[in-house]
Amino acid sequence: MRKTFIDTLVKEAKKDERIFLVCPDIGYSVLEVFRDQFPNRFLNVGVAEQNAISIAAGLALTGYIPFVYTIMPFVVMRPFEQIRIDVAYMNTNVRIVGVGAGFSYGAAGATHHSLEDIAIMRVLPGMTVICPGDPWEVQQSVKASINYKGPVYFRLGKQGEPILNDKTSSYQIGKATLIRNGDHVHLISTSNTLEISCKVAEALSSQNINCSVTSMHTMKPFDVNYINSLLETCKPIFTIEEHYIVGGLGSAVSEVIAESKFNPLFKRFGVNDQFSHYVGGQDFIRDKFGINTEIITQEILELLKKEK
Amino acid sequence: MMHDLISITKSIRKSILMMNHQSNASHSGSCLSVVELLTCLYFEFLNIDPKNPKDENRDRFILSKGHASAALYATLAERGFFSKNILAKFYVDNGILPGHIDMTAAPGLECAAGSLGHGLAIGCGMAIGLKNKKPSAKVIVIISDGELNEGSIWEPILLAPHLHLNNLTVVIDYNKIQSFGITNEVVNLEPLTEKLVAFNWHVINIDGHNIEQIIDALNFKIDKPKAIIANTIKGKGISFMENKLEWHYRSPNKELLEKALEELE
Repeated sequence: MRKTFIDTLVKEAKKDERIFLVCPDIGYSVLEVFRDQFPNRFLNVGVAEQNAISIAAGLALTGYIPFVYTIMPFVVMRPFEQIRIDVAYMNTNVRIVGVGAGFSYGAAGATHHSLEDIAIMRVLPGMTVICPGDPWEVQQSVKASINYKGPVYFRLGKQGEPILNDKTSSYQIGKATLIRNGDHVHLISTSNTLEISCKVAEALSSQNINCSVTSMHTMKPFDVNYINSLLETCKPIFTIEEHYIVGGLGSAVSEVIAESKFNPLFKRFGVNDQFSHYVGGQDFIRDKFGINTEIITQEILELLKKEK
Repeated sequence: MMHDLISITKSIRKSILMMNHQSNASHSGSCLSVVELLTCLYFEFLNIDPKNPKDENRDRFILSKGHASAALYATLAERGFFSKNILAKFYVDNGILPGHIDMTAAPGLECAAGSLGHGLAIGCGMAIGLKNKKPSAKVIVIISDGELNEGSIWEPILLAPHLHLNNLTVVIDYNKIQSFGITNEVVNLEPLTEKLVAFNWHVINIDGHNIEQIIDALNFKIDKPKAIIANTIKGKGISFMENKLEWHYRSPNKELLEKALEELE
């Protein structure tokens, strides 16, 4: 996703002189391609994330479309109040790009994990929260964001995610994308768990359970109409995310269900309320927290069995 | 001209006192210490046009110490950005002008402010943007002395000279009193000039109530970012408010308002 992001941004920056890239000293082996082509529209502010956000707001106030890129906790949590005021309240055209969704930086430790960002970004009025499920959605959303008014947050994975969208389908910020059809169970994913969700659907299909898979690539504005259309089918709904189950996709879907007339079988798959003290890569830590194909498939089977 | 500016400062001070009296708002002292600075900026120095407040070539001014918003609103009204009638809509129910700055509230407001430590970094971003696009446009930011306690102020103080932002000026309203005590007793800023010089700023110390010194400092050209340490008096101009911590919070009642307005005659 990182590479797709920067390649897309470089392409757009060739066409649009308003695009500016701000980094707080992160981006080695990723951002050079932008820096070298657009030296007057690239700024490394040093290890100073609060400054990066405020400077981006200042740049936006002079007509630029600044993208601020760094590892997720450092671009969301460290400068949160700058985001709240200089970006959201002042409604500046700043694009905040966090890399390393969930446990992407697994062995780096919990300082580098990001399991709270959707919750704390989607609470901000006027913030658009984009959580691409694959590189194609990264490309489409970056392109769509250029002429989008107001602040945007991107939650990117890291590297090596497969393309799961049908590249001929249409993409629109704020509209959920159906990745796979199925009429027994609905799986809804946001961000980097789209691949796991597709694998869960595959595993369940071998048990004759047909799952739809949805990429909720925009967490705000949230596609409530789409969720309501799933509810009307009266089928079980499961949300899957590499984020705390508090405040993320599961919470957002729960809110829609709670205010609807439907009461489907429903469960949030995500990370329970604890920090990781495990040491290991993303897949290793995912296993520890139950974010993997086997555990989720098994739990869904058990829930469906109980329901009968 | 100088005589005019002095009469403008009196008019702005009257507006501030009446606004704070009417709304029972805090920060009278914090407003009164920046009146000469704002007057010189808006009536002498800044390239701005109240009839075209979004002119792309304009200079940008940020009042980072947003708690002195009444002083900025009064100055903008005095300069003709909006009617003085709107000043009665400060900090009251169904008002227009909030206690801390909402940039959508009225014309001429370049930036929100109220949480300390944001304005200089935003100004730094504006200066970078303008240097690329409008090289003649300048950015001026007023911060408070207590605001120098914020770590986020020192990030742009470190960066601006590195980027040679000769279009950026920070004015420190050094009124020596902050929210809960004497500034240098809360956290000692001194030696402040030496600190800023060490960070590679050009530093000018002035009497922040002396119009000639303010204008000279603003006009001084140098090929690096400029810091003007404006030595000011909290509550300046009203004898019973000067240098009093309590006037960081109090607003004048009817009797004190009348007394204060008399002193401005």
